[in-house]
Parts: sequence; structure tokens; C-alpha cells
Amino acid sequence: MSEIERIYTIWLREIIRFWRDKSRIVSSLVQPLLFLIVLGGGFSFVRLGNINYQTFLFPGIVAMSLVGISIASGVSVIWDREFGFLKEILVAPISRTSIFTGKALGGCTTALIQGIIILSLSFIIGIPVTLNSFLVSIFLMIIISLGLVSIGLIIASLIETFESFGMIMNFIIFPLIFLSGAFFPLQGAPEWLKIISFANPLTYGVEAIRYTIIGFSSIPFSLSLTVIIVFSFVMILLGGVAFSRQK
Amino acid sequence: MNIVETFNLTKKFNGLIAVNNVSLKIKEGEIFGLLGPNGAGKTTFISMLCTLLKPTSGTAKVNGFDIVKQQNEVRKSIGIVFQEPSLDNRLTGRENLEMHAGLYGVPKSERKRRIDEVLKLVGLYERANELVRNYSGGMKRRLEIARGLIHYPKVLFLDEPTLGLDPQTREYIWEYIKKLAERERITILLTTHYMEEADALCDRVAIMDYGEIKVLDTPENLKNRLEGDVLTLEVSDGEKFLERIKKIDSIKKIHAIENKISMTVKNAEKLAPKILELARKNKILINSISIRKPSLGDVFLHYTGREIREEIGEPKEMLKRRARVL
Repeated sequence: MSEIERIYTIWLREIIRFWRDKSRIVSSLVQPLLFLIVLGGGFSFVRLGNINYQTFLFPGIVAMSLVGISIASGVSVIWDREFGFLKEILVAPISRTSIFTGKALGGCTTALIQGIIILSLSFIIGIPVTLNSFLVSIFLMIIISLGLVSIGLIIASLIETFESFGMIMNFIIFPLIFLSGAFFPLQGAPEWLKIISFANPLTYGVEAIRYTIIGFSSIPFSLSLTVIIVFSFVMILLGGVAFSRQK
Repeated sequence: MNIVETFNLTKKFNGLIAVNNVSLKIKEGEIFGLLGPNGAGKTTFISMLCTLLKPTSGTAKVNGFDIVKQQNEVRKSIGIVFQEPSLDNRLTGRENLEMHAGLYGVPKSERKRRIDEVLKLVGLYERANELVRNYSGGMKRRLEIARGLIHYPKVLFLDEPTLGLDPQTREYIWEYIKKLAERERITILLTTHYMEEADALCDRVAIMDYGEIKVLDTPENLKNRLEGDVLTLEVSDGEKFLERIKKIDSIKKIHAIENKISMTVKNAEKLAPKILELARKNKILINSISIRKPSLGDVFLHYTGREIREEIGEPKEMLKRRARVL
């Protein structure tokens, strides 16, 4: 029981820090919105069957907002190490696995807040989202962001400095998003691109959310769901191992 | 009862021995000082006791728990203030303490009362709701000390608690440390390279150098062990003066720089008039004279040896060297 309270403490700290950093909340919303409005607006002449491009793009943007903030949440570990707070945590009577769990849940929560903000915009740009699809999307976002946050934490446990963390992050985030079918339907893509995209776990996240929100997808929902659950589960395990090996 | 006991505790880093076979006992309730220069192995020693580092060989018990086999119990028994800051600057003082209380499982019902208590103890109650990034260096240190106390630890480790603080703040911190030792009735193990700090605070002091404990005793006994006071004179003719006084038996060590002569003597008060008389007879003028009790600094030099060889040579050798120059 007390271990749960310790995990809660680690989680709470992440939330307080996130909440206090209003500029970060705003700035991390800018990029997805820019994509949604400019890219979606610019390609408004494109229609995929009876769906306009902006509607098609929207679920991809939701997933995109998750990727950035989830992986970036690993930076809190580097921050803690740099400013000494990590020692305070490491010397406390709490297991490394619990530290990881608290951090992962914290990152997941902040990513979810962003995701929900973006998701709420669906009403404004006229994409019909039912309560049911809203709730299922939230469930999917939790699974996806847990996997992505774990990636961020694994990187952070291997990397020493802010600079190299930022570099590796960009190196991972952009290919992950561009090769996920967030911006274009995979059916029409050339074979090589399809192969790469189907190897990308995020593709299944995008497809699952897209199916939930607009009822359109290139991959069956059950397959997408299975892949993201397995992917996140594996990442969480790896993250736990990476953390328990930390000095 | 011994609250901390180490048994041949050793830590090596790539062949370099940071802590070498240290066995010592710290009694419950005392303020114990580990005094040594930078790089003596003090922080490594403390890091092992608080389970952040695994010993290469040997072990230790803290509050009766083994530091290798019972890490969690050890962690619950100790509070620690690290040498480098370890606060979350973006939280308020109170929030930092609340995080700590959560991590150490302090019961919710007690939390607020206890946090208020430690905040008052270090004089930060009024400033508790400010962000830590706006605190001064001394305030941060005090907050860290308060934080280390929240979970009622049996032993509090303070690693260089006043490093980098100005002299006035340092004395404040000393006051707080003394006060909490009295009020909280806990054992404190502190490391320092400030002699005055060890002297002002500690019940017992261990002098550490190159990873080894050179000597361990109360500051009083350590100073008495030197068996002497330090008598310093400035004279008109150092050469001649040295010739005359080296025959006096009760002078144990002489250290001369030009015409300034320091010596370790027994009963300086009684010897001083004799020396003055001697000087007068030999027509040597004395410009100044001072007598002081030995400090821990003198003790430190005596036991670590390094600076003693540089500054206080044996009188005979000193004269030989001078003779050669002449």
C-alpha cells in the first residue's frame, strides 16, 4: 500500500511541474494545430471517398500530439539527474520499478491531457465525435502513450545530457510520425513505404484511433489494438529493466 | 549503543582506493565528524552508508541493518543532506517536504504537523510557500536539513553542510544543527573540511586522509594529544635566536620563517617570560609575541603529515638547510 503512495508521490510531482509550466503546455499544442489547420486547410480539395482530408488527418494529429509529449517526458529524468533531485529519489525507500512506474504514469497523464485538448477540438472543426468514440479514444491514447513514455524513459536512462536527449528525440519522433500513415492513407502508398509503415508500431496506434473516430482504417481494428497493447507492454518491461539497472 | 558500525569498509574505483579498510563505531546521539581534505574519501564513505554505493569489501550496519542486505530498512533509518543541492527548484519549499514525506511513507494524518515542525526548526515556516528557485543558498541548505528530518530518521548524514556558504550563514547552520541534535535526539554524522566546523559541532572527530582514518577522538582530546601550545615570536635576529632557544627542552617543535618563529611548547604561559629574558640577555629584540591553544588545524597537520613536513621541520634539519644556503 505504501508503495502505491510512493508511486503516487512521483506521479504528483510530474503533474505539478507540468501544470506550473504553462508555456510548455501552450507550445506543445502549437505544432499539432499548425499541421491540422495549415496542412488540413491547404489540402482541403483532396477527398478520400466521402471523407475530406482534414477529417482524415485529425486522428493522425491526435496521435502526433501524443508522440511528442510522451517521448519528451523522459527529459524529466535528465533534469532530475542534472539538478541533483534524482539522488533524493534514489536514496528513498522506494524500488526502481516504482520510480519508473510513477514517472511513466506522470508522463502518460500529461500526454493524455494534451491528447484530450486536441480531441476536444474535433467539435470546433466539425468532426462528429460521439461520447463512445471519445472514451474509446482516451483508452487507446493511454495505451499508446504508456509505450511512448517508456521509450522516452529508456532513452533518458541511457543518455547523460539534455543536448543528446533532444537530438535523439528528434531523430526518433519525426520518422515515427511521418511513417505512421498519419498524413496519408497507406492503401495508396508505394510498396516500400507500406513495408516500413507496417513495421512502425505507431501506425497501428494511428489506425486504431482513426477507426474509432471516423470509422475509416487500412488495418483491422482488432489487429491494431493487439499490436499497440503488445508494443506498450514490451516497452514498459524494457523501461522497468533499464531503470532497475541505473546506478 | 552503537548506531553506526563499519567493518573493514572498503571502496575501490578502477584500482584507486577511495575508502580503505575503515572500521569505526558511532554512538547513538552523538554528533560525529569526519574531517579531511577534498578527495579524502568522506563522500564515498557516506554514500556507502546510505546505500547509494556498494562497498568493494567489508560492510557496515546502520541502526542495526546491513547496508548491503537490508537496503530498504537502512534507507528508512537515515536522513541525508548531500554535498550538492538536491531540491526541486520548481516546487515550493513545502511541496519539496511533502514529496519527501510521501516517498518515506509518513502517515497522512501526521504529515502537516511534522512538516510545520521541521520548517519552524530551521526557520523557514514563513517562506515555505515560495518556489525554491527564489531561495538563497543558506535557505536551500536549511530546507534540505529540514527535509532530511521529516521521517524521524535515527541517523542524519550531512555531507559538507556548509560548503559554499558565507561565514555568517555557516554559523546559522551550525546553530540549527546543534538545536536539532538536542530537540530531535538523533545521531548526526557530518563530513567537513572546515576545522572550525568540526571543532564547533562535533562530540567526536575522525580525521580522514587518503581513505583512511588517521585518528579518532573528541576535539578536546585531539588537541591535548599535541601536548602543547603554539607560541609565536617575531624577533630582530632569527638566526641567533634559534641558536639560543634550541637548548630549551620543553620546546617540542620549531618552525621558522625568516624572523618569525613558531614553536610547540608545554605551558607557554610559564615559558614565555624565560624566553623573553633569554632574548634580552642576548640583545635580541622581540617585536611581537602570541600564545594560542592548538586548533584542530594543528592536529590535522600533525596527523596527515603532509603540510607538517613542508612547514614545521625539525629544528636541526632546518638549521642545516639554512647553513647550506649561507
